[in-house]
Amino acid sequence: MNCIVCVTSVPDTASVIKIGPDGKNIDETGIKWIVSPYDEYALEEALQLTEAQGGEVTAVTYGPTRSEAALRDCLARGAHKAVHVIGGESTLGDSLTIAKVLAKALEGREYDLVLCGYMGVGTDCGQVGQMLAELLGIPHVANVTTLEVADGSLTAGRDVEGGQEQVGCPLPALITCQKGLNEPRYAALKGIMAAKRKPVDKIEVANLGIDEAGDSTYNVRSLELPPPKSDGTIIQGEDDPAGAAAQLVNLLRSEAKAI
Amino acid sequence: MAGILVFVEQRNGVVRQASLQAVSEAHRQAGGDVAAVLVGSGIGDAAAGLGAFGAAKVFLADDPNLALYSSEGYGEAVAKAVESAAPDAVFFAGTAMGRDLAPRVAAKLGVGALADVVGLEKDGDQFVARRPVYSGKAFATVDSAGSKPQVISLRPNVFAVEETGGSADVVALDGLSLAIRAVVKELVDTGGGEIDVAEADIIVSGGRGLKGPENFALIRSLAEALGGAVGASRAAVDAGWIPHKHQVGQTGKVVSPSLYIAAGISGAIQHLAGMSSSKIIVAINKDPDAPIFKIADYGIVGDLFDVIPPMVEEVKKLAG
Repeated sequence: MNCIVCVTSVPDTASVIKIGPDGKNIDETGIKWIVSPYDEYALEEALQLTEAQGGEVTAVTYGPTRSEAALRDCLARGAHKAVHVIGGESTLGDSLTIAKVLAKALEGREYDLVLCGYMGVGTDCGQVGQMLAELLGIPHVANVTTLEVADGSLTAGRDVEGGQEQVGCPLPALITCQKGLNEPRYAALKGIMAAKRKPVDKIEVANLGIDEAGDSTYNVRSLELPPPKSDGTIIQGEDDPAGAAAQLVNLLRSEAKAI
Repeated sequence: MAGILVFVEQRNGVVRQASLQAVSEAHRQAGGDVAAVLVGSGIGDAAAGLGAFGAAKVFLADDPNLALYSSEGYGEAVAKAVESAAPDAVFFAGTAMGRDLAPRVAAKLGVGALADVVGLEKDGDQFVARRPVYSGKAFATVDSAGSKPQVISLRPNVFAVEETGGSADVVALDGLSLAIRAVVKELVDTGGGEIDVAEADIIVSGGRGLKGPENFALIRSLAEALGGAVGASRAAVDAGWIPHKHQVGQTGKVVSPSLYIAAGISGAIQHLAGMSSSKIIVAINKDPDAPIFKIADYGIVGDLFDVIPPMVEEVKKLAG
């Protein structure tokens, strides 16, 4: 049971987002980079599967030099191998190009299951996994919250509006992982020390035959903060909560026309 | 422009509202040159009805093997419709199915895809889209860098449904190989008739201020009175008070209903990111300094346990 886990580094979800000087990217000053939270579920699932069934976990990332920290984090938590495709600064949000790069990076590697987070937090596209599966010619199940793998096939549960789909497919396959699938572990000190000695296979993106700029399918024209909100109407309701409630419902009806 | 093809999603033969929104937006953008592709089993009646929303032609893939969703089977049908219609753009409603299918189809076609779009404009021969990033902490204006056709998924409940009163020619999509490996075996109803937060027009959310799982009954009573859905903060979900499907915020669902009521939610940046694009925001919190008040259109500083029961009564009075 060999697993490939695709991870990406993103700004910490607690980051305050500011627009950078080019007006197209965020200001990276002071940003703390973390493994995208959904990728943590992917890694944890792969670790649990290989712990139960044998095999290896390979963590793969595509990003600039600083992204190596994400791979070290995966290795510290128990991944066996790591692959770093160096590049990606101009392809943020370009799901197809990212999927092409990952597909190239997986060529010649053996895997039963490829696991991704269901979206990269920040660009919020939620597309790379599905595209990667298509490019690899394997089936996928996206947005997975339950998973069973046995006898060369998997059964995965995924939330849809008002229900849950139970999807079955043969391996090799790809899943994208959603919160609820598992509880990701933290790296232990021993793992962090061991991770420093594990090798990371580094590949320049140009050596994969991909032209990041020429093959682009996503062009950011501008990035803006949402318009500021004007001050709201705040009712002091400590002394007369019922009166405040009546006043609020009246405002929602007559002024906001929201109910 | 040469027109737009819209993937239309149905469940049990009923076309989803989010898909009608997508057809309507396509009609506003492309006038008469809108085609739809409808996939399923025994759904012929639904196909003809799409004319009323602006689809001039409907490609129909009606096959028992397509009764339940599969990205491979549905993807093949959509790709075949793209081949016939040769559109400039392919629209999907950004539902669970649409967000799953659009990128798979795009990769099959060898083109990019723009996800979760909340605004569209034409610039020459391509669409320029506005989409929230960083869970709505920022908005990006993007195009597809010349990649064609443009595959675009539209966020539900953003684009209006408009009846145009036309009629559609229904064309059967034949000769599909339907080599399907990933198959939906079962669709389990977990909603219990509740409205899903991702589809709701009104959401009432509870957080840590509820003090315990049993008090979600209070949130539910207000949501029911308003005909809305029950949402929750990450703190309430992580405490195990309510399932994750209710979570609103950066690691939950990003929503933009017409009315969002946050009760007992202080407003962590990750929560604000997930709901700040709601049209009207109401905060109910004991702490007058809670960050949620900074983005609220209306608020009550007070104890939610004292405020919500009379609110429910007032709302019921309006309905009665």
